[in-house]
Order: sequence, then structure tokens, then C-alpha cells
Amino acid sequence: MYAIFGDNGAGKSTLLRVICGLARPTAGTVHIFGSGDRSAFTGRLGYMGHAPLLYDEMTGMENLRYFAGLYGISDSARCEQAITAVGLDPALARRVGEYSQGMRQRLSLARAAIHDPEILLLDEPFSNLDPGSARAMGRLVAEMRERGKTILVVTHQAAHLAEIADESLWMAAGRVAAWERGIAAADRALASAVLS
Amino acid sequence: MISDPNAPNGGASGTPASLAGVTASNLRKDLRLEWRSKDAINAMLFFALLVVVIFSFAFDPTAEESRQIVGGLVWVAFLFAAIVALNQAWMRELRNQVLDAYRVSPAPANALFLGKAVGNFVFISVVEALLVPLFVVFYNLHSIGPTWQLVPVFLLGTWALVVVGTFFAAISLRTRSREVMLPLILFPISIPAVLAMVEATTMILTGTEAPKFWITLLLVYDVVFTTVCLLLFETVLHAE
Repeated sequence: MYAIFGDNGAGKSTLLRVICGLARPTAGTVHIFGSGDRSAFTGRLGYMGHAPLLYDEMTGMENLRYFAGLYGISDSARCEQAITAVGLDPALARRVGEYSQGMRQRLSLARAAIHDPEILLLDEPFSNLDPGSARAMGRLVAEMRERGKTILVVTHQAAHLAEIADESLWMAAGRVAAWERGIAAADRALASAVLS
Repeated sequence: MISDPNAPNGGASGTPASLAGVTASNLRKDLRLEWRSKDAINAMLFFALLVVVIFSFAFDPTAEESRQIVGGLVWVAFLFAAIVALNQAWMRELRNQVLDAYRVSPAPANALFLGKAVGNFVFISVVEALLVPLFVVFYNLHSIGPTWQLVPVFLLGTWALVVVGTFFAAISLRTRSREVMLPLILFPISIPAVLAMVEATTMILTGTEAPKFWITLLLVYDVVFTTVCLLLFETVLHAE
């Protein structure tokens, strides 16, 4: 698991968008699984954006069934399993527009991982969450790491990843300014020292 | 555990989804969203109803005059009403940046376009089906030509509006004034189709001559623009 830190505008979210093909790099190329062809790896990535990427007018299960269909998954049981895994009730009739922020974030994570991707890109998964929900989200991310997934997490809240991040990098002005094992680089003072 | 690699249909991530399957899934989703919000249908109905009523009172035409002018009135009303549906269709994809989830998936881009186009076709057809009887009543319409010929004109004409409109609505999606941009780019390119719809409808209503040429023109327009839109949509979807 890679934790990516940096000030606002440092290019963290842009990095994730470039990796998953939502933005084009101004220079250089992205190679994943040895290929620079986006179509070769697009189904092997999962992306959780800063926005939930969910339809407000549909229920959680309806959303998951729809997004699973985009990956050729028609198995409803798998959607139920994914929604249960993030601590939500598959039978919940409420539409996503009526969900709390924490519920939306968890459903968004289930959506990103519904096709069992090898690489997960998570943009601010802990933002706007109360401490309890953020801890729950941290546990879910840790569980995915334990299952051997490569996870890139953009966050300002290093504490939630302190126990689980394998490597951390600090970005500034669109470049990687520091790269450390563990979470050390998340320490702003250290990063500032590196930058200076 | 989020998903089980041994689960049926699914450990291997990124199984290719079929064009027909994803198109049907997109269509179901759009119909469901519209059924729940009724954003597009209500706005279209209100706008088209306004045109029917206002022009009816403004002109107060005789039956003969009605046959001459209704072809133009009907299609202008539906064209302007369609703009509302076309804008709404893509606005849903912008809320919560849902379109990004589609763009990162391996689902075929054309499935999104076809789902939206067919969905818009359904919405506009519903509005047409509700308003045509009102046109008949308010304008005292009696077709002199074979009425059944109006069916292909309406089907081909509506598809012409929908296919080009859905495509240009997707192009104008990332512009700042998208509601203004869509009519500006859609109307000029729709002129041949609108001309054909109006002429064919008027010929059928007045019974002057067979609208074969105009129906053929509509058919050619539909085939050409459907093909072009399908060829170009993937580029439009993944443009920044």
C-alpha cells in the first residue's frame, strides 16, 4: 500500500486520474502490468474518486448492480456480498441521495472494488468522515491490503494509514518530493525538510 | 472481504461486457432515473403544451390552414422540447462525477451512447404520443393523405433529433454554458432532418403528393448520423 501525501494542488488526485486514464499526462507515459495500453489494464484497476461516483436516485444495490454490469458481472449475490462487506445492508431501500457521508464513502469503496481489481486507487477515502466512520474505512482498506491488492491512497489524514501503509510518498508541484518506507514521509516537518 | 475470486462470473476482474448487455443496462438505468425524477418528461410536456395552446389561440386557424402550418408547429415544439431531455440525460452523469466511473470501466463507450439515445427516444416519443392528440383537437386536424405514413415520419424524425442531439449534448457537456451551447450546435446540423420532417408531415396532412423523397432523406440522415456518432463517441467520451 502506498500512501500519497501533499498540499492542496500538489497533484495527488491528478496522479490517480492519470493512472486510471481519466486524465492525460503532460509528459511521460503510464505503464501498468508492463503495458502502456490503457485498454489492456482498465478492468484490473478500481478507482474511488473524491466524489462518490454514484447515482443519488438509486439505492445502493441498484448502483452496485449497474456498475457490476459494466464489468460483465451479472451475479446479484456478488453485489450483496460486496455491500455487506462494507457494513451496509443490501436490502436498504433508501436512495443514495439520502445516505450519510460515511455510508456513501463505504458504498463508493464497494463500487470501486466490485470487480475484484488488482490495483485500487483511492482518492481521499477518509474525507468528511467522523472518527468512527474513518476508522471503519481504514479497516476496510487494511483488509484489502491483506488480500494482496496494490492500493494507492491519497489522503491528508496520515493517522488512518499509520499501521498499514507500506510506503509513503510526498508530492509537491506535480512531482514526487519524498519517498519513504512506512509512513515517515507523512510527517509534514520531515517532508518540508526534504523539500528544502 | 469485498468480493470472492471464486464467486461465479467473477474472480477475473474486467471480464468484457457485451455491447448489447451494457446498452440494455444503461437504458434500464436511465428509464429508472427518469421515472423517479421525471425531470425531462415534465419539462418537455410543459414546454410543448405551451406551444400547442399559445399558437392555437394566436392563429385560430381554419382546418385547411391547420394542415398547412401544423407540420412546422409540431416539429418546432418537439425540437425545442427535446433540448430539455437531451441536456438532462447527460446532467445525470455529471452529478457526483458518475461519468468517471463509466470511463474507467472496460464497458464499450457506444453502449453508453446507445442507451442514452434509446432512452431519449422513449422520453420524446412519450411526449409526442401525449401531445399529438392535443394538436388534433386544438387545430381541428383531419389528414387528407394516408395517416399511417405519419408513423415512419415520426419514428425516423424523432430518431434524427435524438441521435444527433445525444451526441452533441455529450460534446457540450464539458463546456461552461452547456444549455446554450447545445441548441447552437444542434439546430444548424438538424436543418436537413427538420426540413424533411416538416415537408413530409405537411404533404401527408394536405394530401398534395407522396412524401417518399422526404422519408428517404430522413432515413439516409438517420443512417449516416447514427454511423458517424457511433464512430466518434468513444473519442468524445474520453476527451478531457
